[in-house]
Amino acid sequence: MTSVTLVRRIKARPQVVFDAVTTAEGIAHWWGPDAGPVLLAESDPRVGGRYRVRFRKLDSTEHESSGEFLEIMRPERIVMSWRWKGGQEDPGESRIEIMLRAVPEGTELTFTHSLLRDEETRRSHEGGWAGALDKLEAHFARGASA
Amino acid sequence: MVNYKGRLDRTFGALVDPTRRAILAQLERKDGASISELAAPFAIKLPAVMKHLNVLDDAGLVTRSKSGRTVTVRLRPQPMREAMEWLRRYEHFWSGSLDRLATYAESKETEARRRGR
Repeated sequence: MTSVTLVRRIKARPQVVFDAVTTAEGIAHWWGPDAGPVLLAESDPRVGGRYRVRFRKLDSTEHESSGEFLEIMRPERIVMSWRWKGGQEDPGESRIEIMLRAVPEGTELTFTHSLLRDEETRRSHEGGWAGALDKLEAHFARGASA
Repeated sequence: MVNYKGRLDRTFGALVDPTRRAILAQLERKDGASISELAAPFAIKLPAVMKHLNVLDDAGLVTRSKSGRTVTVRLRPQPMREAMEWLRRYEHFWSGSLDRLATYAESKETEARRRGR
């Protein structure tokens, strides 16, 4: 609930996925919510290095996000900060963690984007969220439509 | 803008604690509970429950109203909606990105294998 987690199975080895995730060439091929083009991709994938990506959405608005690589462990783990340029829609910094695990068909990628700092994220996972909050969400969803 | 981020921080910050989530879940079952009703299921003292309620109140997740000597606590949905909106937006953003990442990585893998690496 305090973070977005997505899992994908990819038919490629972890080191291939890792390079696709971290290199400017790779980023230029996939970054962005729709099929609009990446206009600029810069990446210095080492701890303390930065990345910057500018893309155009299909609605022709342009957006730029950037951040710093906080942890890099090739080919299994990447942690980076994230911030929008301008920051109208979502000011402040959030955190992205990507885990790559070798599986028989290739790689299982677990992607987490969270607003919280490490400690809080850990606590939220330990607390065993699920049931109570699902109910709350349902409650609020009902409230929203009422 | 700063307020939006501050509000989200407070909402998520309030929600990470299991006792506070349990309090919200209780209110979900029975909205409008007294503080002693809310404290009943927990092995903690009333002042500790009050502290949790202060955090939930600061985050705007509950409201407290006093009538005589009884304080009634109610859920307030707006901050939760904002938090869910934040999550939904990024889910959409990354879902599209990761689909393309998978396609790209798989083409690179095929390419590498063709070159015999």
